[in-house]
Amino acid sequence: MTTELNPEDIEFQLLVEGIYCRYGYDFRNYAPASLKRRIRRFLHVEGLPTISALQDRILHDQDCIKRLLLSLTVNTTAMFRDPGFYIAFREQVVPILRTYPFIRIWHAGCSTGQEVYSMAILLQEAGIYHRCRIYGTDANEQVLQTARTGIYPYKQMQEYTRLYLKAGGQRSFSEYYTANHGSAIFHPSLREHIVFGQHNLVTDRSFNEFNVIICRNVLIYFNQTLQNQVHGLFYNSLCNFGILGLGKQETIRFTAYEGCYEALVSAEKLYRRCN
Amino acid sequence: MAFNLVAIGTSLGGLSALKIVLQNLPERFITPIAIAQHRHKESDNTLSSLLQQFTGLPIHEVEDKQKILPGHVYIAPADYHLLVEAGHFSLSTDEPVSYARPSIDVLLESAADVYGSQMIAILLTGANRDGVQGLAAVKARGGVTIVQEPQTAESPILPRAAISTVQVDSILPLPCIAPYLVHLCNPAGW
Ligand SMILES: C[S@@+](CC[C@H](N)C(=O)[O-])C[C@H]1O[C@@H](n2cnc3c(N)ncnc32)[C@H](O)[C@@H]1O
Repeated sequence: MTTELNPEDIEFQLLVEGIYCRYGYDFRNYAPASLKRRIRRFLHVEGLPTISALQDRILHDQDCIKRLLLSLTVNTTAMFRDPGFYIAFREQVVPILRTYPFIRIWHAGCSTGQEVYSMAILLQEAGIYHRCRIYGTDANEQVLQTARTGIYPYKQMQEYTRLYLKAGGQRSFSEYYTANHGSAIFHPSLREHIVFGQHNLVTDRSFNEFNVIICRNVLIYFNQTLQNQVHGLFYNSLCNFGILGLGKQETIRFTAYEGCYEALVSAEKLYRRCN
Repeated sequence: MAFNLVAIGTSLGGLSALKIVLQNLPERFITPIAIAQHRHKESDNTLSSLLQQFTGLPIHEVEDKQKILPGHVYIAPADYHLLVEAGHFSLSTDEPVSYARPSIDVLLESAADVYGSQMIAILLTGANRDGVQGLAAVKARGGVTIVQEPQTAESPILPRAAISTVQVDSILPLPCIAPYLVHLCNPAGW
């Protein structure tokens, strides 16, 4: 009997199984197209001819798996990425949050933390930051280390300033950081109510009940089975009428949880848990 | 031979080229079409509304995990790569390829993986080489490869690069591309 899988697909499946069995990192339900692309690129960088050759190497070489893990996760982020999202958050979500005495917000898959600092700035300008606690989590410990420092390359500030202003920022963006030897160091007061911690959406459970969960441009790397699993986690971690924010081109529509939310601002992918 | 997907890549000059391809396709054209057009990362969905004026086929800016349906046209959203999976799309924010996100290579290579010989890839006008590797991947998997005749391209760099790198199946003047697609996808006529 022949299957429809070509040899590379078989190697790909075996590699992903192998990584899971040997190291416990579970990529089995990641969206295959982008994962394959990154694995091929890694082969190229390492000068390996086939995925099988990579399989051999990662099973025996701890440094190689570290490099592979780094190159498999996509950490693209920016402050005030998609400014429209922050405008909608300010106008439609903040008034709801004002009615709560204490507000818990979870940024799942926060990468190097730019999104979390952006939220802290927005909440500070709205005058409710002192009532908030923000949890920034990611599976990748390395990016969290950067997030905790709040130090970013100074050369990014021009772009971040532009996005901040487009997002309806009310002050001068440079008030929020100190420039130092090519770096911008964000003021520690912004981090006062932020907790950064490692959390893997595939394998870890919920750790609190939240008023807001933001998870942008993370679920796109998962297949639909895993998306549904993670949406289950979010649904169970949100309080009733809690708010879910997804990335610009993501939607609750193609998931099993479509009926559990109403759109708050559909163009900006802000939803409200309704049952 | 039935095809599952037509994938089109273009950069500089792409809007007017896409307009001509789309407006010459009949409304009964059922093979789904996926388009990667280079554009600015903050552009909104004006591209799809502009193109929608020229065709009755419904055009979508793809959302993650959107199904690939017959008779629909799908456009890679600004600042995301568009990837093909079995029966649906995925998006990614992987780093740009040849400075481009969306990248034509990413669309074509992922489509070649899934659809192999059951797909058609087309490169139109463009000012860099993004798309050439993707076209080579489609060719290697037995898919049909078509390139716009460089003399009819606003920017011939991409078509020329493709022709000199890949043994393409057809090199066609822009106005002939749509009729040829109709011929390939429904040889019996309607
Ligand atoms: C493209 S970044 C998105 C960053 C930020 N949310 C934004 O939209 O700007 C994707 C992040 O998801 C994280 N990630 C991938 N798989 C994960 C998992 N299983 N659990 C938690 N985070 C994960 C990656 O480490 C990466 O930092």
